[in-house]
Amino acid sequence: MNLVLPRLNLHAASDVAWRSVALRGWGRLGSAPCQAARPERLREVADAVTSINGRNIIAHGAGRSYGDAALNGGGAAVLTARLDRMLGFDAATGVLVAEPGVTFADVIRVFLPQGFLPPTPPGTAFATLGGAVANDVHGKNQHVAGCLGDHVAWLDLLLADGSTRRLSPTQDAPAFHATIGGIGLTGIITAMALRLLRVPSNAMRVRRRRVGGLDEYLDAFRAARGATWSVGWVDALAGGAALGRGVLETAEHAAESVAIPAAGTRSMPFDVPGLLLNPLSIRAFNAAYWRRVPARGEERTVHANRFLFPLDGIGGWNRLYGARGFHQFQCVLPEAEAPRGLRRLLEEVGRAGAASFLAVLKWMGRPGLGMLSFAQPGFTLALDMPARPDSRALLLRLERITRDHGGRLYLAKDSALSPQGMAEMYPRLEAFQQVRARLDPRGRFSSDMSRRLGLG
Amino acid sequence: MPAVTETWLVLGGGSTIGRAFAQRAAAAGAAVLLAGRDVAELERSAADLRLRHGVPATSVLFDALELEAHRGFARACATLAQGNGHRQLNLLLAFGIMPSQAECEADPLLARRMVETNVTGAASVLTALAPVLRGQGGGVVVALGSVAGERGRPRNHLYGATKAALAVFLQGYAARHARHGVRVLNLLAGPVDTALTWPLPRLPFIASPAAFAAQAWCQARRRSGQVHLPRIWAPVMAAIRAVPDRVFNRLDL
Repeated sequence: MNLVLPRLNLHAASDVAWRSVALRGWGRLGSAPCQAARPERLREVADAVTSINGRNIIAHGAGRSYGDAALNGGGAAVLTARLDRMLGFDAATGVLVAEPGVTFADVIRVFLPQGFLPPTPPGTAFATLGGAVANDVHGKNQHVAGCLGDHVAWLDLLLADGSTRRLSPTQDAPAFHATIGGIGLTGIITAMALRLLRVPSNAMRVRRRRVGGLDEYLDAFRAARGATWSVGWVDALAGGAALGRGVLETAEHAAESVAIPAAGTRSMPFDVPGLLLNPLSIRAFNAAYWRRVPARGEERTVHANRFLFPLDGIGGWNRLYGARGFHQFQCVLPEAEAPRGLRRLLEEVGRAGAASFLAVLKWMGRPGLGMLSFAQPGFTLALDMPARPDSRALLLRLERITRDHGGRLYLAKDSALSPQGMAEMYPRLEAFQQVRARLDPRGRFSSDMSRRLGLG
Repeated sequence: MPAVTETWLVLGGGSTIGRAFAQRAAAAGAAVLLAGRDVAELERSAADLRLRHGVPATSVLFDALELEAHRGFARACATLAQGNGHRQLNLLLAFGIMPSQAECEADPLLARRMVETNVTGAASVLTALAPVLRGQGGGVVVALGSVAGERGRPRNHLYGATKAALAVFLQGYAARHARHGVRVLNLLAGPVDTALTWPLPRLPFIASPAAFAAQAWCQARRRSGQVHLPRIWAPVMAAIRAVPDRVFNRLDL
C-alpha cells in the first residue's frame, strides 16, 4: 500500500481529493486521461468545481454515453456516482427528489413495487438520472410520454462560481431548457425533482411480430400509434426486398404483477476477438433472430425490466465489439423524409457491411423540451458499428444523408458529428450558447465532445 | 427474510463505509441512527435510507473530538433507539481520519488530531455508550480497525499506531463488558474504495464499499474478536507479519 499524496496542484484552499483516471465512453473508442474528483457530499461538488484552477470540467455519471459527451481529456471531471441518494418522494404526486447519481435501476428497485416507473426509461437502467437529464433521454414510450425533460419539475444546477441555482419551467426557463439535454455544458446537476409514471403492475404484455421490409415497418409503427410502448429491432444487414425487415415490439402494462426475475446476470468476461465479428456471423445471427419470432407473432407477459432493458442482463455487453470499441449512430428523420432517408441510410450501411446486431427503429411523437434535445417527431434509427479504419468516413456519409433529409444525430450516442452538422441540425444552438455564456462566462464547463463540435 | 429488530448507531455516518453499512443494515430491516458532524448531509442519507428501505432513520450530531458531549450523546441515542420500538442498540464505529505519514510528520498538530480522533474519541464514545449497552442487556459493537495496525510500515505507521491502540482498547472493552452481553468485533480492514483512498495510487485487493459492508454485516451477525476483511487479508497479513525485521526494513511498504 502506498500512502503518498497525489502529485498534482489542482487544489488550493479546499481539501478536494483528485485522482488521475482514464475515462471511456460506453463505445470504448479510446480513453481520456483527466483528473477526477468523486464527491460523496453535496458540498464537495462545489469545492471540486471551484478548485480546478483554470482547467475545464465536466460531470461524468455512469459512463453510459457512447462517445465523448462525458469525457474531458487533459481537464477535470466530477464523478457523480456516489451522489446517489433519494431525498424525498410524494406518493400522491409521484414526484421523486434525487441526487444525480441515482440510477434508473435504483428508482425501479424502490418504486416499481409501489406502482411507479421512471417516466421515460432509456435502453439501460444503469444510466444515472443526472446523465439522463443532461442527454434528455427518451424511452420506448417517447411517442406518448416525450423525453425525460418533460417530467422534470425542477433541478438544482451548480454553476462554475460554486453557487447553486434552482431551475424550472418558471424559474430561469432559458437556463432550465439549456440544461435539459445540455450535455453537462451549463453546470453540474446536483438534485432534481422527477415526476414518476404510475403503473398498475410490474409487468408488461409484450407483442412481437415480424415485419418484412421498411415501408411495411413504418406503416406498422403508425398503426401502433395507440400502443403505450413500441420499439423495433432491424436486421441492418438484410438488403433488397428485405431491406429494413425486423421485429416490432409493442407493449401495454399488465393488470397483474409477475414474480421478480432472479437477480443473476451473465456478463462478458472478455473482449470478443475481431475475427468472430464478421459480416457472415452477424448476418447469420440476425437471420436467426428474425426467424425466432413466429410468422403469426407472439404475445408474452414479462417483468418490465425484461422489456425495457433487454441488454442489461448481459453485463459489459459493449465488450462484444472487441478491444477497438464501436461507434453508435443514431439519427431521427422527420416523418415525411423517413421512407427515403432510412432507405438510403440502410443501403449505405449495407454497402459498407458495417452494421451489427443492434439496430433499433422507433417512432417519435414529440420534440424534446431542451435547446439541444434530440427528439423530434419522426423516425429514429440507431445502429452499432464495430470500429474499423474506415468507420469515420462511413459516419460522415451517414451524417450527410441525415442532413439531406432534415434529420439530426443524438449526442448521447455520437462520436463523429462535424461542427457544421451540429449547427445545421440544432437550430437552437445559438440560444444555447447565449445561456451558456451567461451561466458560465469563463467557459469552465467543457468536454471532448463540446470542443469537437466547436462549442468551446 | 425476517425483519431485523435492531437499531444500528453508525458513528461516522457520513463516511463511505458508514453509509454502505447503513444501507446493508437498513436492507435487512434495521433502524439506523447516523451520527456525525455534518447533520444536513447525514439527513440526506437518512432520507435515502427511509425511502429505499422503509426503516426509521435519523441523523444525530456527533463530534469525536467533543469528549465532554459524549455522555449526553449516548443518552440521546438510547432515547432515539427506544423511540424506534425498543429495538436493541448496536454500534458501528466507522469514523477516523487518515492523513499521510508525510503530512503527519510535517504537521504535528495534524498527527495529534488523528490520534485524538481515532483513539481518544473512539475510546471516549464507546465508554460513554457502554452503560446504554449494558442497560439493555447487551449489544453488538463493530469497529473499523485496519490491517495497518498489525505491523508498522514506513508509509503509514502513525495511522497504523492509532488502529493498533484501538484494537487493544477493544480487546479490554470486550472482556470488561462481555458478561453483560456486549459482543465486540474489530474489523481488520484492507483498503476499501472510499473517499479516503480515492486520491491514493491503485491499492491491492481493494474492496467496493457495498461488498465490504455486506461482508461486515455477515461477520457482525456471528463473530466476535477480530476478523480480516476482505478475507484475503488474513493470509496476506499472516505473511507480512512473518517477514523478519531485517528483510521488512528493506522493503518500501
